[in-house]
Amino acid sequence: MTLEEKQQEIIDEFSIYTDWMEKYEYIIDLGKSVKTINEDLKTDDRLIDGCQSRVWVASEFKDGKLFFSADSDAIITKGIIALLIQVLDGESPETIVNADLHFIKDIGLQDHLSPTRANGLLSMVKQLKKSALLAMR
Amino acid sequence: MGFSVEDIRKQFPALHQEVFGKPLVYFDNGATSQKPQVVIDAIEHYYAKENANIHRGVHYLSQKATDAYEEARRIVQRFIHAKNDYEVLFTKGATDGINLVAFSFGELLEAGDEIIISEMEHHSNIVPWQLVCQRKQTVLKVIPILDNGELDMVAFEKLLSKRTKLVAVTHASNTLGTINPVKEIIQKSHAVGAKVLIDGAQSIQHLKIDVQDLDCDFYAFSSHKVFGPTGAGVLYGKEAVLNSMPPYQGGGDMIDKVTFEKTTFNELPFKFEAGTPHIVGGIATGVALKYLQELDFESVHQHEMELLNYAQAEMKQIEGLRIIGTAKNKTSVISFVVDGLHPFDIGTLLDKQGIAVRTGHHCTQPLMERYGIVGTVRASFAFYNTKEEVDLFLKALKRSIELLK
Ligand SMILES: Cc1ncc(COP(=O)(O)O)c(C=O)c1O
Repeated sequence: MTLEEKQQEIIDEFSIYTDWMEKYEYIIDLGKSVKTINEDLKTDDRLIDGCQSRVWVASEFKDGKLFFSADSDAIITKGIIALLIQVLDGESPETIVNADLHFIKDIGLQDHLSPTRANGLLSMVKQLKKSALLAMR
Repeated sequence: MGFSVEDIRKQFPALHQEVFGKPLVYFDNGATSQKPQVVIDAIEHYYAKENANIHRGVHYLSQKATDAYEEARRIVQRFIHAKNDYEVLFTKGATDGINLVAFSFGELLEAGDEIIISEMEHHSNIVPWQLVCQRKQTVLKVIPILDNGELDMVAFEKLLSKRTKLVAVTHASNTLGTINPVKEIIQKSHAVGAKVLIDGAQSIQHLKIDVQDLDCDFYAFSSHKVFGPTGAGVLYGKEAVLNSMPPYQGGGDMIDKVTFEKTTFNELPFKFEAGTPHIVGGIATGVALKYLQELDFESVHQHEMELLNYAQAEMKQIEGLRIIGTAKNKTSVISFVVDGLHPFDIGTLLDKQGIAVRTGHHCTQPLMERYGIVGTVRASFAFYNTKEEVDLFLKALKRSIELLK
């Protein structure tokens, strides 16, 4: 699946929910089921310190593709990270650097990306792209 | 005098709206309050009809604006029962007032002098003192709190000494709701010759304030938390203490005579009000306090206590929920955590159900450390909130916990 198709899949998934709480229920379930990063990878250099919830990201570069794992102490943040990873996992660094992650806005979660929300998500997107940039060197 | 919450709510337009398709329940009054129509009207009226610079014009409008501004100062004076109107300084807010004292009173301090604050202070009443300590080599001492969120008064008395020059404590905690025994603190501090600053950011909207009865040397608050506008606030200071302090900022209005060789300063309050002030902010502060003054304090207070007691009693029934801050004397503020759940998650789900609360450390990181938590969810009530809203909140809270568990 292309990055665009993966985004569309999420948008379709969310379009069946009319109620906000249903959307969040889905995100919470994702957050509960996501493969999280190994405890020993939860080091300070992988910690993105948002104001309210803490987020860790680890990446692995294999056969020209990037693979991510992440965790957060807040389950909703974790669920949204899971969505991000669903879209970006296994893509090439070039694709990731140039990715327009419009699905976040399309499913109505853009407020989580605002810097004032301070939940680390914006920094997380930056961090994922930074890992990709580093891999391109 | 009676008290009808329905009538009161009609005067606050912001309360009547939907968020995410749900009626807004505004329980973030600790962060800022909504504004009554009279305040909104006063701001509009000022810009539409009265706008002029003050204290310097020869013309009609300037005089009118000056009169309105100075009348607002007298309304504040009466509200906090200050002896003189020139002891009321207009500021940008509580933070600004505390920084004014930290700078100007700080100038009078010497290396080794001690400043006492408490473990429950807002960052605004911590960091300015740390800056003084860096600048003047003074020493910061911290009054610890007990597990229930009350100040450890025994420890406080042990910290007091001849070296204590200033005690800066909050009247009511924004995070815990604790109302501190400030009168006793002031008496004991004065006994060793220390001055006392009371951070009134969370007491001005909930308690009757009488600065002469308290005998505090400074009392600072923000207008926006007491139904007035943002960017405006008040620092009360005792005449003699203010006169002993050098100015804070230099500029227009605060001077008597300026030459390149020597400048002399204006008298109080102008000495501490450099530059064109937030004129409409000052005027609207007066309007907000007048509005509050005209309500029956006892009924308002009783209503807030009913909301607090009802909500707390119901919340104690919720499994795994722990209220942080269980002092005997509290304002209508409830901070809580739920076992195994992140405050941010609870706050996000409450938001989507129309309930506005605050989550996080509430600018009291040392306090969070004291309790060993990352943050809390905080519901803070104003007199325009209702028992029905508390019920909506409780229902939404239970649903959120269920989803997250
Ligand atoms: C106890 C306390 N002190 C000081 C402040 C600072 O007020 P402001 O940000 O309006 O200057 C606040 C505001 O949250 C507060 O709650």
